[in-house]
Amino acid sequence: MANMTPVKTPMPNQAPEVRAHNFEEVALGYTEEMARQEAERCLNCKNPRCVQGCPVNVRIPEFIAKVAAGDYEAAYEIITSTNALPAISGRVCPQESQCESKCVRGVKGEPVGIGRLERFVADWHRTHSNDLPKQPESNGHKVAVVGSGPSSLTCASDLAKQGYQVTIFEAFHTAGGVLVYGIPEFRLPKAIVQSEVEKLKALGVEVMTDMVIGKVLSIDELMEDMGFEAVFIGTGAGLPRFMGIPGEGYAGVCSANEYLTRTNLMKAYLEEYDTPQLKSRAVAVVGGGNVAMDACRCAMRLGAEKVYIVYRRSMEEMPARNEEIEHAQEEGIDFRLLCNPVEILGDDKGHVSGIKCIQMELGEPDASGRRRPVEVPGSEFVLDVDTVVMALGTSPNPLIRSTTPGLEANRRGCLVVGEDEVSTTREGVFAGGDAVTGAATVILAMGAGKKAAVAIDKYIKNK
Amino acid sequence: MYKIVRKEVLNPTICLLEIEAPFVARKAQPGQFIILRIDEKGERLPLTIGGFDREKGTVTIIFQLVGLTTRALAKLEEGDFLLDFVGPLGKPTEMEGLKSACVIGGGLGTAIAFPVAKGLHDAGVETDVIVGFRNKDLVILEEDFKNACDNFYIMTDDGSYGEKGFTTTKEQQLLEGGKKYDVIIAIGPVPMMKFVVKTAEPFGVPTRVSLNPIMIDGTGMCGGCRVTVGGKMQFACVDGPEFDGYQVDFDELMNRNATFREQEAEKNRDHLCRFDKLGNELIQ
Repeated sequence: MANMTPVKTPMPNQAPEVRAHNFEEVALGYTEEMARQEAERCLNCKNPRCVQGCPVNVRIPEFIAKVAAGDYEAAYEIITSTNALPAISGRVCPQESQCESKCVRGVKGEPVGIGRLERFVADWHRTHSNDLPKQPESNGHKVAVVGSGPSSLTCASDLAKQGYQVTIFEAFHTAGGVLVYGIPEFRLPKAIVQSEVEKLKALGVEVMTDMVIGKVLSIDELMEDMGFEAVFIGTGAGLPRFMGIPGEGYAGVCSANEYLTRTNLMKAYLEEYDTPQLKSRAVAVVGGGNVAMDACRCAMRLGAEKVYIVYRRSMEEMPARNEEIEHAQEEGIDFRLLCNPVEILGDDKGHVSGIKCIQMELGEPDASGRRRPVEVPGSEFVLDVDTVVMALGTSPNPLIRSTTPGLEANRRGCLVVGEDEVSTTREGVFAGGDAVTGAATVILAMGAGKKAAVAIDKYIKNK
Repeated sequence: MYKIVRKEVLNPTICLLEIEAPFVARKAQPGQFIILRIDEKGERLPLTIGGFDREKGTVTIIFQLVGLTTRALAKLEEGDFLLDFVGPLGKPTEMEGLKSACVIGGGLGTAIAFPVAKGLHDAGVETDVIVGFRNKDLVILEEDFKNACDNFYIMTDDGSYGEKGFTTTKEQQLLEGGKKYDVIIAIGPVPMMKFVVKTAEPFGVPTRVSLNPIMIDGTGMCGGCRVTVGGKMQFACVDGPEFDGYQVDFDELMNRNATFREQEAEKNRDHLCRFDKLGNELIQ
C-alpha cells in the first residue's frame, strides 16, 4: 500500500542561522528510513510521465521501487544506466520544472521527492561502495573532450565505457567546470565532483588541466597532429555580462563569475588560501537566477552584514530553483523585486558606495512570455552597499570558435548544431551544453553530453 | 608540474625563472602572458612572458617581489616545480607593417619590453628602446637590450646611471629632435604608461600600452580584468593585453588595481608573522 501523505518527507537542513555562516552543505540528505518512507509515495505509474520529464530519462519508478525494497545498490545501477552523475543532478537539478512537475502525486499535494531520492541513492553508493569502475578494453579510437563541466564529463564517461581513449582538456587547474568554479560547496560539495572525476580516470580517461584550447592547441591541431578522430566541445557559457550602466568600472563591482570563482575554485573563504576576496559590509547581487542565489548566499557566508537580491521582475518570473530561493530567504537575504539598477555610485577613492535603483512594474508579456518590467517614473532610490555583484547571465566563450575555421556560431555566440543537436558545422567536431544552448542547466548539459557520445560513436564507426 | 630549469636574480627586487613548459613554448609570442600557481593554496598569478625557447621547450618569466606570491616564487630554486603554468594567453604584439618603433619600459616593465623589442628587431623593424629605473642598482637586462635594438637609452631617476630623468624625458627629447616612429609601445607602471601617452600625443605618434590588471582565469571568464578603452568595456586577457594608449581610461585602471591592496598587505603581514613565529620556535 502506497504512502498517501500529501506532502514530501521533509529533508533535514542545517538551521538557517547556523548555515548562513559556514560553507558546509545546507541540505543534509535523507536517512534510510526517510528515503523508504518517501519511496513508498510513488504509485509506480504504468505510463510514468516523470521519465519523459527527465532530460536523461532516468527510469524513475524502477529505481524508486528498489529504494522502497531497500536494495539501494540496484537502485544506483538503474539510475546510472542513463545518468552518469546522480549525486550531482540529485542536488542541482530543477526537479520542480522537470520530473517532479509531471508526477501524478503533484496533482493533489506535493510530487514524490524524486531529486531527494536520487541524491540518497547516489550518496548511499558513494559511502558504501569503494569499487572504482574497471577500465574497459580499448577500441583504439581517440576522442578529445574540451572542457570538463557536466556535458563533457557525461560525454567522456559514456565514450570511455565503450572503450574509446578519451582525453579531457581543461583550461583551469581543476576539472569540473561550473561544478567547481560556479556552484558553491554548500550546495554541491567539491569532494563529490572529485569522486566523479576519479571514476572517469579509472575508466581510462586522461585529464589534462591548464590547457586552454584555442590558445595552446587548436581544434585542427588536436585532429591533425595529435590523432584525435573526433572532438567534443563542452566549453560552457563563461563570458559574463555587465549592464552597461555608469559606475561599473568602480572597484567593488564584479561579475558573479569572478565572485564565485574566487570563493569556490580558489577557496578564498578559507584563511590558508592566498586568493583575496572582496571584504564587504553590504552587497547587492543583481539578477534572479541560480547564479544570483549562489552569489548572495556566498556573500552572507563571507561575512556581509546585509545582502540584497536586486531583480527587475517579480518572484513569479524568477528563474532560480524554488529551493534556492527559499534557502536564500531563510538565510536573511533581502529580496528587492521589481527593482532595476540605473547607476553604481562611488566614493572619492573610486570604490562602490551605493547602487541607485528604480522601481519597476509589470507591463505586457515580452518575447519570453514573461510580463515585461517597465520603469515607474521618479521612483529612484539608493541602496547603501559597498559591493555589487552582476549575475546577469553569461554567453559562450569565443576563444574556440574564433580559432577554428569552419566552426559556425549564431548571433548570440552559441555554436550552430545540426538536427541531431550535437553535430557542429565542422566534420568530426561535436558540441553540447551551454556552448550550444547558452546558459542553461547542469542536467540539460548532461543530456547533450550523452547525445554527443552516441553521435561520436556512430561517426567513428561509419568513417 | 612545471620544472624550474634556471633561476637568475636580476637585481634585489627582480628575479628571472626559466620554466619547462613545452606546450606553452611552442605557441608563445611577444606580448602574450601566462598564469601560474605555485601550489594548491596559491593564487593564480598572471605574468607577461619574458622570453621563450621553442627547442628547449621553456618559457622565461621575470617578476618583481611585490606581494605574497612573487615573494614565494623567488624562494624557489632550480629543480623545484610549479603546480600550474597556463598559456600563452592574450593577443601577441601587433608587428604587421611596422618600419620603426620605440619601446619604452619602466622598472619591471623593462623585462616585458625585452621580448617585444627583440621580436620587432628580429622582424627587421628599426627599434629604439628607452628603459627607466629608480637608480643604478636596479638596472636589468642591459646587455640583452643592446643586442635587440638599434638605439638604447637608459634613464635613472637619480642620475646614478645612464642619463638622469624619466623615460618620458628621453621620449620627449627624441620626438622633439624629429624622430619619427610608426608606433611607441609602453610597458611599465600605469602612471608611466599614462605619461608616455601624454608625451606622444602632441606629436601624434600611435602609442600602445601593455596592461596587467587583476584577473583570475585569463580566458575571458571572470571579467575582473575589464578596462574601459574608447568608452567601451574590454577584457585585457582576451582583447589585450595591449591597447591603444590614447583610448585607455588609466584612472579607472589604477582604482581597480587597488581593489585588494589592503587585504594583500594584511596577508603579507600575517605570513611574515607566521614565518617569524616558526623561526622563533625553531630557535627555541
